[in-house]
Amino acid sequence: MEWDWDFVWQIMPTLLQGFKITILATILGAAVALVIGLVFAVLRMTAPRPIARVTGFIVEFIRGTPLLVQLYFLFFVLPDIGIRLPALVAGVIGLGIHYGTYISEVYRGGIENVPRGQWEAAKATNLTTRQAWIHVILPQAIPPMIPALANYIIAMFKETPLLSAITVLELMNQAKSIANSNYRYIEPMTLVGVFFLVISLISVFFLRKLEARYSRVDER
Amino acid sequence: MTAPIIRIDNITKSFGRLTVLDGLSMNVMPGEKLALIGPSGSGKTTILRILMTLEHINGGQIEVDGGQLFHMEKAGALVPADERHLHTMREKIGMVFQHFNLFPHKCVLDNVTLAPMLTKGVPRADAEKNAMVLLDMVGLADKAKSMPSQLSGGQKQRVAIARALALSPKIMLFDEVTSALDPELVEEVLNVMRKLAEETDMTMLLVTHEMGFAHDFADRVLFFDRGKIVEEGKPDDIFSHPKQERTQAFLRKIIAAGHRV
Repeated sequence: MEWDWDFVWQIMPTLLQGFKITILATILGAAVALVIGLVFAVLRMTAPRPIARVTGFIVEFIRGTPLLVQLYFLFFVLPDIGIRLPALVAGVIGLGIHYGTYISEVYRGGIENVPRGQWEAAKATNLTTRQAWIHVILPQAIPPMIPALANYIIAMFKETPLLSAITVLELMNQAKSIANSNYRYIEPMTLVGVFFLVISLISVFFLRKLEARYSRVDER
Repeated sequence: MTAPIIRIDNITKSFGRLTVLDGLSMNVMPGEKLALIGPSGSGKTTILRILMTLEHINGGQIEVDGGQLFHMEKAGALVPADERHLHTMREKIGMVFQHFNLFPHKCVLDNVTLAPMLTKGVPRADAEKNAMVLLDMVGLADKAKSMPSQLSGGQKQRVAIARALALSPKIMLFDEVTSALDPELVEEVLNVMRKLAEETDMTMLLVTHEMGFAHDFADRVLFFDRGKIVEEGKPDDIFSHPKQERTQAFLRKIIAAGHRV
């Protein structure tokens, strides 16, 4: 089998179409994950004990089951109880919830890493709890979280091909259908790999910059 | 006869099964400079932390500047204070910590102006003007734009003092403020406190292991052991003629450990 450049140019528009969906799913999934993660983290840290424990159980449950299985449930099982989601919506929710459980731990760690003395100083200078969160705790908790958050979002990006299993026409799915109808796999699959590699490399470059910028540990 | 500014009445405090304070009562007069000394674990730091409302009491009452600290009146009865009441009471009290606890993400100037702007609604320009006066007093006006990580321990602690003063509290609490400092940096912090004691009539409570400084600084010295006041009196009496066996033993140990008296 030989590499056919003409075929490459012929399938490129379709692949780009799929790639747009991949990027869209990543961005929306990341947004959902960042919000869901915050909800999980806040519930586990501040809710009354029973709610915190139930949340903890849910988080462990989601983390302990494969994303692919969760996607199947969202797309193929939920309709049995009358909830019909468009494929992309189900995919975004699945990615968002799954990665939200990981991201909640990042939030939790970041917040708990702010020394207790900071809370005490905020109180001693008579800030309200709300003011302490906004002006003292979060500004110190968030910067160290950024590299870890970015890491999870890059990981999520690379898992978006799983959405092809629930009929989302993202990059992988487009490549598969091209391959199946032309009986040529080498070009479409190679290109899928190249697309992911390029974005991953760019992301990692920026991630390193973020890490260098935010990993400086200030003395207190 | 003026009334005490702090009236501690039979308070108890325990952490789990460990009782730290057991029926402690003491008064502090307005403007008084008080040194609390004693072995670690004797409860002296806990008293400061309670006055700052960082810890709650398990029993008893505390009156600060004419108001109940942990209680408030509701329909003629004393009920546990809510967050709002505590907020009002905290206005009267400032605290300087052993480990400074500066806000590391804010420059020196912002450390000092943050609380006045947020809690008292002071406009930024006024807050900064006042902060510069205070930073000048602690000898750090030229560091206003520095970040805390760029300062030495002694400088950090002086900023922390300015930060507490910016809210003009009536009572200042100093919790082992030189214990975390390298020996050569202790004096610059003590000098600031001496100046403060001379120039203001603020009430000051000092927990310290610097006996020499406690002697010069305080109007009255309280020796604590196991959550109780064992002996109290004028600095000369406590340091030169301690009456209680436990005070004598403590001071001997401190001198043997090389602390100045």
